[in-house]
Amino acid sequence: MTDFRLVVVSAGVSDPSSTRLLADRATQRVTALARERGHAVTVTTIDLRELLQELPAALSSQLLGPRFTRAVDALVAADAVVAAAPVYKAGASGLFTSFFQVLDNDLLIGKPVILAATAGTARHALVVDEEMRALFAYLRALPVPTSLFASTEDWTDTALGTRVDRAARELVLLMESGFARAVRDDAWGAYQHTYGSGGGTELDIDLSSDMMRLATGGSLRDPDDDPFDPRRAS
Amino acid sequence: MQFGIMSVSDITRDPVSGYTPSEAERIDAIVKIAVHAEEVGLDVFAVGEHHNPPFFSSSPTTLLSHIGALTERLVLTTSTTLITTNDPVRLAEEYAMLQHLTKGRMDLMLGRGNTAPVYPWFGQDIRQGLPLALENYNLLHRLWREDVVDFEGQFRTALQGFTSTPRPLDDVPPFVWHGSIRTPEIAEQAAFYGNGYFANNIFWPKEHYKRLIRFYRQRFEHYGHGTQKQAVVGLGGQAFIAKNSQDAHDQFRPYFNEAPVYGHGPTMEDFEEMTPLSVGSPQEVIDKTLTFREAFGDYQRQLFLIDHAGLPLKMVLEQLDLLGEHVVPVLREELDKVRDPEAPSNPPSHADLVQAKYGDAEPRQPRPNANRGDNVTGGSPYQDSESTVGSYPTL
Repeated sequence: MTDFRLVVVSAGVSDPSSTRLLADRATQRVTALARERGHAVTVTTIDLRELLQELPAALSSQLLGPRFTRAVDALVAADAVVAAAPVYKAGASGLFTSFFQVLDNDLLIGKPVILAATAGTARHALVVDEEMRALFAYLRALPVPTSLFASTEDWTDTALGTRVDRAARELVLLMESGFARAVRDDAWGAYQHTYGSGGGTELDIDLSSDMMRLATGGSLRDPDDDPFDPRRAS
Repeated sequence: MQFGIMSVSDITRDPVSGYTPSEAERIDAIVKIAVHAEEVGLDVFAVGEHHNPPFFSSSPTTLLSHIGALTERLVLTTSTTLITTNDPVRLAEEYAMLQHLTKGRMDLMLGRGNTAPVYPWFGQDIRQGLPLALENYNLLHRLWREDVVDFEGQFRTALQGFTSTPRPLDDVPPFVWHGSIRTPEIAEQAAFYGNGYFANNIFWPKEHYKRLIRFYRQRFEHYGHGTQKQAVVGLGGQAFIAKNSQDAHDQFRPYFNEAPVYGHGPTMEDFEEMTPLSVGSPQEVIDKTLTFREAFGDYQRQLFLIDHAGLPLKMVLEQLDLLGEHVVPVLREELDKVRDPEAPSNPPSHADLVQAKYGDAEPRQPRPNANRGDNVTGGSPYQDSESTVGSYPTL
């Protein structure tokens, strides 16, 4: 039995919001399925609406306020994420995209994610797969194969429940696989990091890198290129 | 403890009057600001280096040598000198010249510059910014310490038998700071050479550079330059002061709201809470500044940014009056009281460096030999150094 930490990020702005509702349905299914399989799930919900006031500073000055900082901390610790956005004007809402654009590139590496979107019309249905999936691919997160999309008519269609169930099952299986943790333990160094990235967790300093050699009076030149370099292999 | 001001050299429209100073006016103003900094009892004046409008400070050594001639005590420095787009050979020459003209009343701070288009104007590439900075400093370090340098690197043409002139004053190189808030390699380089480390301290959350300063201190000790407490740390910061808190907020708000760096973003109150910016009465500025030491340990130099965002000259001079009369004397006293006896109270001055190199002996005064056309064929071009040059047969 494992205790999984699930973080729900919802960009719905009304209260109640259908985006939050969709996220909650997915979350409930994830929790129930995980429990059936003998796991506990701790859920943390980030309502991006509450971060709106801190967003200008984050966007213009990379200055994260206390709520942003809490959100980042939750995502650092997350085993999986449910990310839900309303679709406006043929794209995921600006609040949703802005939030993920502010985060460090390496914050979500390998973490399984359910992508979900709501809209007033079915014509927005491909936003999840064509836009949101690309954003999470950039972040090297692991969106589950089943995307969730609900326009007005879907709320009365049992097929939505089937898809929610399928996405939840996929997420639980990916969490169980321990993929994100294995990446973190075994392959983390193969991804690009900057000092303090990963939400402030990436703090290892490799003193034996080429740059560190240069920092301490060494040279970047390959000694073998220079017949007179004393470091040249004979 | 040294206190001073640092200027970015921006020429910004005054959002209250709508007036944009000319380059000529702003350059005249910065000289008055620097001179007044000395008059109110501050220790340091620093100017940045930029190569694009709306900034005027493309040639910091020219400006600083002029200010040096108008002042007597003020230490002149940079915030920062671009170690990437400048040829280290020119930096060695220009700053050694400044050192002579100011009789050692200078040091310099190196930074990388983060404006991508500037790099190609000087034949460089920002993608190589870090190795460029590291290699260039390695060369600069040698140019000030070796009379004749042979050098081959990745970024500039090789040097054969090059002598940077004039040799540093008393043959003691200027003290160097490395400015960085996120790059461990820069902290490592500062520590390796026993140089100073400066964090601009404009944005918090401060955890990143808090860790870097700790790393720099550990590495400074590792390389045998002294204990962690003896490492030389400088910090930036921004302040706007008025007799009372409300006046300070009212006066500064229009400038804050349109400041190039953070304007149109966070509210001033948020910024005050989340960053080192202090807007308020002298006591409020004092209290906030005292928290820097709690976060970063005893440090040697504090520079305030006070002449940016279109603030008119008159207001900047008033800020200096308040800083000099009500803030800095209290900070000096408070920080001296709590300073660990092991921690130096000032960064090394020229006199300190001369003393460290020569003790009570006379400093070296290099006198060149007659021109022989090149430095390649001999050891030193200076009279007091052993020359390995062979004597040429005379006819």
